[in-house]
Amino acid sequence: MRQLNRALLLLSGAGLTFLAFILATPSVGFAATPADTIVMAKQIDDMITIDPAEAYEFSALEIDANLYDRIMTYDPATSKVVPGVIASSEASKDGSSLTLKVRPGQKFTSGNPLTADDIAFSLQRVVKLDKSPAFILTQFGWTKDNVEEMVVAKDPETVSLTIPAKLAPSFVLNCLSAGVGSVLDKKEVLSRQKDGDLGYEWLKSHAAGSGAFSLRSWKPNEVILLDANPNYAGGSPKVKRVAIRHVPEPATQRLLLEKGDVDIARNMSPDQIEGLKSNAKIKVESFPKADTWYVALNQKDERLSKPGVRQALRWLIDYQNIADSITKGRFKVHQAFLPEGFPGALNDSPYKLDVEKAKKLLADAGYPDGFELQLDVSNSYPSTNVAQAIQATMGQAGIKISIVPGEQRQVITKYRARQHQAVLLYWSPDYMDPHSNAGSFAWNPDNSDNASDKPLAWRNAWDIPDLTKRTEEALKETDETARMAMYAELQKSLLDDGPFLIAFQNVDQVAMRKEVGGFVDGALSDHVLYKNLTKN
Amino acid sequence: MRLLRPILAFLASIILTLLGLLAVTFVIGRVIPIDPVLAVVGDRASPQTYAAARAAMGFDLPLYQQFLIYLKNVLSGNFGQSTLTGRPVLEDIKAFFPATIELSSVAIVVGVGLGVPLGVLAGVRSGRWPDHLVRLFGLVGYSAPVFWLGLVGLLIFYAKLDWVGGPGRLDIYYDGLIEPRTGLLLLDSLLAGDTEVFWNAVSHIVLPASILAWYSMAYLSRMTRSFVMAEMKQEYVMTARIKGMSECRVIWRHVMGNVAVPLVTVVALSYGGLLEGSILTETVFAWPGLGRYITESLFNADMNAVLGGTIVVGVCYILLNLLSDLVYRLLDPRAHAA
Repeated sequence: MRQLNRALLLLSGAGLTFLAFILATPSVGFAATPADTIVMAKQIDDMITIDPAEAYEFSALEIDANLYDRIMTYDPATSKVVPGVIASSEASKDGSSLTLKVRPGQKFTSGNPLTADDIAFSLQRVVKLDKSPAFILTQFGWTKDNVEEMVVAKDPETVSLTIPAKLAPSFVLNCLSAGVGSVLDKKEVLSRQKDGDLGYEWLKSHAAGSGAFSLRSWKPNEVILLDANPNYAGGSPKVKRVAIRHVPEPATQRLLLEKGDVDIARNMSPDQIEGLKSNAKIKVESFPKADTWYVALNQKDERLSKPGVRQALRWLIDYQNIADSITKGRFKVHQAFLPEGFPGALNDSPYKLDVEKAKKLLADAGYPDGFELQLDVSNSYPSTNVAQAIQATMGQAGIKISIVPGEQRQVITKYRARQHQAVLLYWSPDYMDPHSNAGSFAWNPDNSDNASDKPLAWRNAWDIPDLTKRTEEALKETDETARMAMYAELQKSLLDDGPFLIAFQNVDQVAMRKEVGGFVDGALSDHVLYKNLTKN
Repeated sequence: MRLLRPILAFLASIILTLLGLLAVTFVIGRVIPIDPVLAVVGDRASPQTYAAARAAMGFDLPLYQQFLIYLKNVLSGNFGQSTLTGRPVLEDIKAFFPATIELSSVAIVVGVGLGVPLGVLAGVRSGRWPDHLVRLFGLVGYSAPVFWLGLVGLLIFYAKLDWVGGPGRLDIYYDGLIEPRTGLLLLDSLLAGDTEVFWNAVSHIVLPASILAWYSMAYLSRMTRSFVMAEMKQEYVMTARIKGMSECRVIWRHVMGNVAVPLVTVVALSYGGLLEGSILTETVFAWPGLGRYITESLFNADMNAVLGGTIVVGVCYILLNLLSDLVYRLLDPRAHAA
């Protein structure tokens, strides 16, 4: 028993010492971040792999865009897709082949020269590994078996691409600006290869690129450290290092930013952004993104398959109010399926809240008293808040919405099984080409339950042979002007009718210290570039 | 033989508990309405990619076969690959669990160190002002959401007063300076003789550990108080007093001797609860611990990670129970006799 007494005394002693320590800890002197380093607070728990052949999560795509140069690339100055590691491209008239000329004098961070052979290897590798983003290349008609004949390095400066599907050259080039268009250091990758895996295991957590930065370290769910590449072909970045720290809680990000322990906070909620406005040391920059928010109506539901009902529901959302008051600038009203900033985007937004008009349309469709409707919603901000606003306005015309909240992946699983009535979700294009959205909103080659393709139109059981044909024609149109006109028409068709009540596009609000400049944040997540970042 | 039997029974109960734990977690993982294949290949993958991933993950087999395969792998030390971090689950646990151990251990030491003496004080002075004060202090710690306490704590002690380090285990510039040996930063930095990193780690752990300590202190002081009050009514206390023992001796020697036995179990369970992960604290403080890892994995249908994490927590609970059993035997003379 005496031991116990002694133990208890010891413990109390320890506890009290600790308490005294907390109270007496002097200011430990937390310096501001070093002048040559940018520290960013961001949620990076979505990052699984940084292999460009497999990565499709937002954080990973963003990191890859800074580690690898791509065949085609996003130009922050013009917001357009321009040649990356290639100097020029030439297409055959019928869209069946494309020749790429490599820009000479480029080097990987390893010091190896970048040649046509590396480009061919990188593209072939994506198709052979056949991971999630491989579809961006396989839609050209490339398969594991034919890709070595389809993608050929003719000489160190020339790559020849054969496109069996005969597609618009602008489409093919736009696809090559996606993550799968990243150019890998073939020599380096093959030296890391295990059991013929084309470097798959190694590249999950290592990089072999020629981008503005090289990867110093990545601890999953903790931190990513990037070093500037002094020999970068596009000019050495202005800071030496970028450190990205995983900070899951936005309120914590705000504290770190105000304290000066991070330079940029990426996941602020609108309330926090409001709160930061009074801080003279912080600025907030807004960047329109390509994510499109919509309510989708399952056409298996007889009520929702009536054009009058679909039309009425379009007039029952208070678009502007949600953008201004609910999301406070995080949403921007946009009703066409191509987001603003995208090639071919239509910026008309004809719908607004009009309860009387909606009531009349509902009465004409046979539902003068409205009906009950289940709306599946992800249980996170801002989805639930937006859903409640929609619930309120739809209720004014007798549409009694019951909100079914769920984990985002749960909502998507149900959606893909076509078991929803209505769902509120967003869609992010995979690459900077109109087809990335048209191919999902306006294309449904097989509406049967066991179809192999599951585009958004299919998920809502929207049977559209005519639109599907038009989408396929636009994909093959080699004349660029004619092609864009076709997408304008497609967008008009979906504005007039269809199961998608497209309402908003995202606006990325990034809070940063006043002294930070040059943050580039384009329409897609892989348009976030660190190379121009400065700190004065 | 008499010794062997309880040991065998104990081992059997451990195995059954773990098996049950695995089976329940496994089934939950399969019935949640999230498609785990989708979590791996994403929403946009081609049907072929989807089918290949599904087969690779073994989801085309009947459920019982999947479970048997999983069991076989676990027994050979293979917890599978996490889809969330892309690493073997075991490696993830090695990376995240020490952070939790470090945080919980500091918290439990402080929690016991403050909670038990305060509980004794409240029990002895029950109904008078020290009791009310201790109970009030405990009530705040017990009922205020940890999430809120954490944010307010950060706001005051980190943002305004600058007394403690911010979120995370270290300032970012110290990250990666210390070779992880045990994974416990406080220990590793001392082993490496790097006092600068040590003090930085201390400044970071103080706040989250204090908040968790407050919470466990609140619980422990209440339990201690009620144990002490129950014992104080016993006849042996009166006997001891009649014998002329000092009150201090009565309490610390006789009463605490009896209170210690149930208290050990309470402390062990409390520690187990902290190890399981203080998810909210870990989230607010950007603390890369096991609780957050399991939760984030669950939301992403990353069942290998959830199962692996659950096993670790389960084993910890069992070991703590075993430990409290042993201490119990040491403390309770009746257990000796049995």
